Formats: sequence, C-alpha cells, structure tokens
Amino acid sequence: MKCQTCPSPATLHITEIVKGVAAEHHFCDECAQQYLSQAEAKGNDLPPGVAADEEGESKLKELDQLACPNCGITFKEFRKQGRLGCPHDYVAFQEELLPLLESIHGETQHFGKVPKRTPDDSRKQYRLIKLRGELKVAIAEESYEQAAKLRDEIQQLEQETQTAPAEEETE
Amino acid sequence: MKLDELIQSSGEWLRGEGPEADIVISTRIRLARNLSQFPFLTRADEAARVEIERILSGQIARLASRKSLNYFDVTSLQRLDRQFLVERQLISRELSEGQGPRGVGFSTAENVSLMVNEEDHLRIQVLRSGLALESCWQEINQIDDLLEEQVCFAFNEQLGYLTACPTNCGTGIRVSVMLHLPALVQTKEIQKVFQALHKIGLAVRGLYGEGSQAMGDFYQISNQTTLGKSEEQLIKNLKDVIPNIIGYERRCRTALVKENRQGLHDQVSRAYGILKSAQTITSEETMQHLSSLRMGINLGLIEDLPIPTVNELFIFTQPAHLQKLRHSSLDSGERNVARASYLRERLAPQN
Repeated sequence: MKCQTCPSPATLHITEIVKGVAAEHHFCDECAQQYLSQAEAKGNDLPPGVAADEEGESKLKELDQLACPNCGITFKEFRKQGRLGCPHDYVAFQEELLPLLESIHGETQHFGKVPKRTPDDSRKQYRLIKLRGELKVAIAEESYEQAAKLRDEIQQLEQETQTAPAEEETE
Repeated sequence: MKLDELIQSSGEWLRGEGPEADIVISTRIRLARNLSQFPFLTRADEAARVEIERILSGQIARLASRKSLNYFDVTSLQRLDRQFLVERQLISRELSEGQGPRGVGFSTAENVSLMVNEEDHLRIQVLRSGLALESCWQEINQIDDLLEEQVCFAFNEQLGYLTACPTNCGTGIRVSVMLHLPALVQTKEIQKVFQALHKIGLAVRGLYGEGSQAMGDFYQISNQTTLGKSEEQLIKNLKDVIPNIIGYERRCRTALVKENRQGLHDQVSRAYGILKSAQTITSEETMQHLSSLRMGINLGLIEDLPIPTVNELFIFTQPAHLQKLRHSSLDSGERNVARASYLRERLAPQN
C-alpha cells in the first residue's frame, strides 16, 4: 500500500473516528509525522479540513459525553485509551462502534464459534432470528416445502425456549 | 512445580519437530475471553480483579488434572522470574509489567498457557512445534469448551465474544505461525512478502509479538481481523498462504547456494566460529549468528549440530535465562561474558 500523500510505501495506518464515522489514513513515516503534528497544532485530533466544521465539533463533543450506564466509561475515555470498560459498551456505543468495527474488520456480524451456554439462552434466540429470516425468503420465493420445514424447526425452538426456566419468551 | 526447575529443560515447541520445522518454528493460537458479569480490566477495581482472578484460577485448577497445569500468581514473582516467563513465551510483556492481581497457568510441556487479567480477563494460548494449525485449534477449542461448561463468557449475537479492545472482538482468535526467513531477509525479498501479506489482511510481527523487533530473522505471521469470519476460515487463510512463504524462502536458499555456495558456506562457518569462541557477545550479535547457523544446518553445510540445540540457544542466551543459569543478577556487560561462555559450553565438540 502506498502513502496517501506521497509515493513512498505506507507504514502507518490511522483509524480516526470523526462524528462517529471511522476514516482510514495510510501514511509513510514522514507524512505521518507531519499529519500528526498538524492535528496537534490545531489543538484536537481531527484531520485538517474537518476540524473547521463547527457543527461536527459540537456533535463530537456531545458524542464524547456519551457514557455507558453500566460501567460509566465515556466515549471520550474509550477514544483516548482504546479500551472499552465493559461488555455492555458494545450495546451502549453501538452506533459509534459499528463504523469503527467495519473499518477494522471489514465486517460487523460475528460468524464463528457460539458458546454452548450463553446468557438468556441467546444462542437459540439467535437461531430463531436467523430461521425466521430464512422463512420469509422461502415464502417470498414460493419454496413451500422448505418453508414448512423451517416452520416446524421454528415451532420446536420456540417451545424449547419457552420451557427454559428463567425465560418467558412467548411469541 | 517450582519455576527454577524450568531452566533444566525447554518447551516442547522448541524441539524442532513437526511439519516444515526447518522453516516453521512454531504455531500458536490464542483466544481472548472475558467473564460476562464483570467489567473489563480498565474499569475493574481491585475487588473485581481479585474476584476475577479467584474464579479463573479456580477454573485453571479444575483443568489442571487433564492438562497438568501449574498456576503462578504473577504479583508474587520477582521481576527476573517474570522476564524469564516472557522469554519462554509463556506470558506476555503486558502481563509481566501489568498491575494488580494477575496470574498464569501453564502446562509442564509449556504448550498450553492461560493468562489471567492481562488485557482481557482470560487469554488462552496453545503452542506447538512446526506447522500444526489444526491440532492447536482442536486443543484450544477443547479447553475453551471445558471452561464454558462452568463460566459465562461475554458474548453477543452480532459481535461474538466481547473483548476489551474492539480489534479482538468476534472470535477473539489470533492464529500465528513463527517462521525463520534468513534467505528472504538476506536477498531483501522479505519486503515483497510483507506487502503481499498486508494486502490479504495478515499481520507480520517480530519474535515477541506486537511492537517487537524482528530478531534472528524470525517473523510471526498472524490474522489481523477477528470479526466476520469463522475460526476455521481464519485458520484456513493462514494455512493457504504459509506454504507459499515456505516455498519462497526455500527457493531463495537454493538460489543463494547456487550463486555462491562457497561464500555462503564461509558466512555460515564464520558465524559458527564466532559463537564457538567469542569471549563476550551481545544478544543481538548472537541472534544474528544463530540465524546463519540455523540456515547452514538446514542446508547441510554444517553437520555436527542438531536443530533443537540451536532453537534452544535462541531462548537460553536471553538476559533472564542467563541470569537464571548463573543464579545471579548480571549487568549488561557481565551478561555478554556469561552469554559467550554459555555458548562455548553448549557448542563444544563433545556436545
């Protein structure tokens, strides 16, 4: 990958969150230094050009005040240290985090191992969400045999989640 | 087990066995996990950290019978002992230099390690000699399953396993393969490899992971992203690309031999000569010569030295190991003398 301002290879990759939107920058060492010192001179960590946007700035200030009701960490603290405060932050800051996750991972939906035991039996809930989506598609495509199969599976899962002792997820 | 007993042996992953062991030193997989009912460590007070450590060390004790794990409270270890464990790849620098209640459980063979209260509540690691992605995954997945029978890890349907740093969420997995690439370094072809790997979303790091220098021509190749692909897919990405790098390194080695066999033989023999006879030597110089020597053995230019010995020397000539071997604290100058003396002993003809 090349530096975005000169032909040298990019060695530094910066992900910046501006107004809750993540932006990626790729620089060589020299240009990165220049970029960072410019941002510092402006007294904030916004890229040049965006910093002049007053509306953006006030929005960012508002965003920084956002706090997780569970652990109390503010979005500003997270931005500063790069570490979240508790698992609930992923819900509390979801709107702000999703663009960041998208730029880090290129994806925003987990696909992989699911714990056998999850709080609130969420694995079954997750499967239900997925099956209901598939049922919709099957009906739209008039694949009635497939739809009937999915409906049976959904009913069975619904019964199972209803019988789970602490869960009262009746549909 | 006492920590001091470790100096008598070395980890199983250094044995130089397993597929492609001439180039692939080791395969490592780690999983990041957090207990769902506690805040992450940045927001965890002393009481919470104590409780997390109590729960997880209890779980490690429960696993101990199956995996022969030894648990160490890292706060009660001396600085030298902590550094010693870092050099052996059993704990990270972050755990060694961290604050508050924390610990590590590792297996006697040194191929399983569970760090408590590092960046996440729990970091599970499985390490193997050679290219062994599947068996690493099988074992770590099994350990994770055993733990999940008893504890609830932070997880959500959309973002998977939730971690303190958003760069690890999803699978929480880091799959790394440590390669010895002296010919690619010498021919300066390594830059092309880095660029190609970067393009397909793989990261390159030095011997001791994030931020560490590439010493002794060792490079760790690992997945950069953790969300949106399954563990198997992420492992497969690496599995597909590693043989290409191995092939590239082999071709470079063959070319070096073909172009100037005598010159290469001379370079390798001089490296061996210096290691066998120096009276004082820095860690950096040692690494550089050991790297040449290791390649020389693999090319059949040096015949009287087994690979596991060389692998071991990379670790045993590091600062904390030397001080453990000498049972005393040594400054940098004294270490250089001790290092040279240790190398002469280990490389003397009768060994």
